[in-house]
Amino acid sequence: MTYISPEKLADDAKNVLEELNARIEPLKPKDRMAIPAQEMPSQDPAVRRGNMEEVALGYTPEQAKLEAERCLQCKNAPCIAGCPVAIDIPGFIQAIADGDNLKAIDIIKESSLLPAVCGRVCPQESQCQAPCTVGKALKSVGQAVNIGRLERFVADWEREQGLIETPTVKPETGKKVGIIGTGPAGLTVAADVRREGHAVTLFEAFHKPGGVMIYGIPEFRLPKAIVQKEIDTLTAMGCELKTNFVIGRTRKIIDLLEQDGFDALFIGTGAGLPRFMNIEGENLVGVYSANEYLTRSNLMRAYDKERSATPIFESEKVAVLGGGNVAMDAARTAVRLGAKEVHLIYRRTEVEMPARVEEVAHAKEEGVIFHLLENPKRILSDEKGWVSGIECLRYELGAPDDSGRRRPVAIEGSEFEIDLDTVIVAIGNDSNPLIRQTTPGLETNKWGNIIADKTGKTSLDRIFAGGDIVLGAATVILAMGEGRIAAASINKMLVED
Amino acid sequence: MNRILEKKQLSETVFQMRIDAPLIASERQAGQFIILQLCKDYGERIPLTIADADPDEGSITIIFQAVGGTTKKLAQMNVDDKIAALVGPLGTPTHIENFGTVVCVGGGIGVAPLHPIAQALKAAGNKVIIIMGARNKELMILEDEMRAIADELIICTDDGSYGRKCLVTEPLKELCEQEPKPALAVAIGPPIMMKFCAETTRPYKVPTQVSLNTIMVDGTGMCGGCRVTVGDETKFVCVDGPEFDGHLVDFDNMISRLGSYKKQEAGDHHCKLDDV
Ligand SMILES: Cc1cc2nc3c(=O)[nH]c(=O)nc-3n(C[C@H](O)[C@H](O)[C@H](O)COP(=O)(O)OP(=O)(O)OC[C@H]3O[C@@H](n4cnc5c(N)ncnc54)[C@H](O)[C@@H]3O)c2cc1C
Ligand SMILES: Cc1cc2nc3c(=O)[nH]c(=O)nc-3n(C[C@H](O)[C@H](O)[C@H](O)COP(=O)(O)OP(=O)(O)OC[C@H]3O[C@@H](n4cnc5c(N)ncnc54)[C@H](O)[C@@H]3O)c2cc1C
Ligand code: SF4
Ligand code: SF4
Ligand code: FES
Repeated sequence: MTYISPEKLADDAKNVLEELNARIEPLKPKDRMAIPAQEMPSQDPAVRRGNMEEVALGYTPEQAKLEAERCLQCKNAPCIAGCPVAIDIPGFIQAIADGDNLKAIDIIKESSLLPAVCGRVCPQESQCQAPCTVGKALKSVGQAVNIGRLERFVADWEREQGLIETPTVKPETGKKVGIIGTGPAGLTVAADVRREGHAVTLFEAFHKPGGVMIYGIPEFRLPKAIVQKEIDTLTAMGCELKTNFVIGRTRKIIDLLEQDGFDALFIGTGAGLPRFMNIEGENLVGVYSANEYLTRSNLMRAYDKERSATPIFESEKVAVLGGGNVAMDAARTAVRLGAKEVHLIYRRTEVEMPARVEEVAHAKEEGVIFHLLENPKRILSDEKGWVSGIECLRYELGAPDDSGRRRPVAIEGSEFEIDLDTVIVAIGNDSNPLIRQTTPGLETNKWGNIIADKTGKTSLDRIFAGGDIVLGAATVILAMGEGRIAAASINKMLVED
Repeated sequence: MNRILEKKQLSETVFQMRIDAPLIASERQAGQFIILQLCKDYGERIPLTIADADPDEGSITIIFQAVGGTTKKLAQMNVDDKIAALVGPLGTPTHIENFGTVVCVGGGIGVAPLHPIAQALKAAGNKVIIIMGARNKELMILEDEMRAIADELIICTDDGSYGRKCLVTEPLKELCEQEPKPALAVAIGPPIMMKFCAETTRPYKVPTQVSLNTIMVDGTGMCGGCRVTVGDETKFVCVDGPEFDGHLVDFDNMISRLGSYKKQEAGDHHCKLDDV
């Protein structure tokens, strides 16, 4: 895909829109499908390699209007079933087409509390956009209506117009709810529970709230100001925020219930335990988990070398191991921190990569070198114990495994080496055991995830859980969806008390 | 935010501070640490052992050596100044029981983390022999506090300016040669000292606990930056430790990992202490 400048995209959209506006008869489905799918304007790859600013710039009003006109307003709306929180997609898109952005955002907010975030980071191509009729008719998911971009457009519009209102809070009930973790799951529960008039205290281990949205996903993909705005809204609603507070250490779950007077608790502590590959050389100097690398850069702002006191490795040649969003974020961060070569090593093919399609495309545009069907065997060391390279094996696809994906098999004797000074391991996260270890009776499964029923309730009375700590490493929208369900259960329980 | 209640200078580069932190003071146990930050936007998160705590007053005591950016800034702060962020107590508490005779070896600033452990071992009924080492007399800290706990106190300096002129491993070896041998050795200090203490006790099969001071970021098991090789396994110091079996720790790997940021730390940073 060649890079098209934002100016050209804006001009093209203006021209097409003028033609449409000049028409007298209403658009037929055939006409709608002829409207070109609107590309996302983005920073020039050559420029953005050197800055942390957001890559995707957002639709112009004309682009949004055009993209909205592409929607066929299907009666059965298959897209809705693809969205984990069942947003009324044709409803909000029609409002954009009608020029009523306020109505559009109101429709979205009936189902989602974080549209500016989800519009940016949802894996749309495998969720809402996968079943879209337009994409099906044009025989490519890439041609589906760009629902996520439209969602982002109206959410940004609302924020930029200063229209975000603090939701009204019902009269105080005197009930107290504690929320552990301030990722998308925790923030959602806070909003929904506080609205009903219950007192809310959020506990966060880090010095800043927001979970992965703050420490993991980089600024160039999700500006921190957007997440901060959500948190400001919660504090304006009267939620109390306690940062630097590790539940299980500073205070235990049982103490919150028995001594501190909480009537209900929600655990949304995420999946924050980095997996390693258990290969030789993994503890050499220069080997990082993606969590560490991204936390140093995002939360600790190590990319701002002038001001930040936290150091980050100044790498020349980097290998990132993995093929998900985390791997793309680490690779693209390394590019921005000045690495001359960034290799991404993934043992399957691009089709199986769990990362969002847009992130893969952006990483390629920024010069990340993709090694597909390859996997590291061991990390090589110099005499001082620092990384000097990596030895990999080539793979080929064998028979399909249980998940239906063809299993990669190593090709014997295919070893080769790449010279490196940094290796970033991004092969996934398990759940942090701290709460489990310090809360007797809290049931977890064999992967250490907390077990919660359909209502979000755990094995312990008055304790609910949701998000990655229940699902295993998943997505923002699923965490938010689980938060909504748990909040409804908490509200119901507190009314019945 | 956590107010500094008292500040003392123990040697040219070592400082002691009592800080307001009621929740941490009431929960902490021997062997645990805190992470602090002097500026929320740009400050580094650094781990320091909780050297002592007073749950009634709601305060904790830290003792630190001004070695780099953050510790030097902290050393310039004064009573009534506030620490921007302080989180804890972190880490697994020391396993304390009545072992019999225990040798506690502290080198340099390592005496600070050793103090609460020696105190707890004494309270559990152990006979506590303490070996304290420093480069010279000036750098010896907490002597009175340790003397108050010790059944026997041995002081060594590298230059002989105080106590015996030797490394801490010399008296440690003598104790291991005696019968009965100590039931346990606890060694805390610079990594190289801990490595040689472990080598000293190994032939005598005296179980040896060390407390590792790796580089950390979150301190809750999220980043893996603090990992060390212990036996055949990778362990996270902040949650699995900080104490480990010294006979199993790969000290050479740990020492090279500590040097990860030598180049970057050499420069100065311009974070204003805006939250102070
Ligand atoms: C680098 C990266 C990129 C990603 N990209 C995408 C993407 O593009 N799209 C997408 O949909 N998803 C993405 N994800 C996944 C998504 O971010 C997570 O699924 C989502 O954030 C989970 O939300 P959560 O609320 O369950 O937990 P988290 O966001 O993980 O938040 C948990 C919070 O709890 C705190 N906490 C943990 N333990 C304690 C404790 N004991 N006491 C107090 N606080 C505690 C943590 O510090 C953290 O702030 C990405 C994840 C990563 C790491
Ligand atoms: C669990 C734990 C408990 C600790 N307890 C104490 C304590 O009670 N008192 C105390 O003075 N120190 C203690 N430390 C060490 C302390 O954290 C470091 O001295 C501190 O992080 C240095 O930060 P800085 O910004 O001042 O120096 P930096 O500028 O970051 O570093 C200065 C020099 O010290 C080296 N260094 C960096 N981090 C560490 C580290 N973690 N350990 C050793 N050297 C390091 C660097 O390579 C550099 O050469 C402890 C460490 C851990 C992990
Ligand atoms: S929340 Fe995500 S899945 Fe649902 S409509 Fe928006 S972008 Fe699609
Ligand atoms: S499936 Fe596609 S075209 Fe149909 S309503 Fe949904 S977004 Fe519009
Ligand atoms: S400091 Fe991050 S895992 Fe230990």
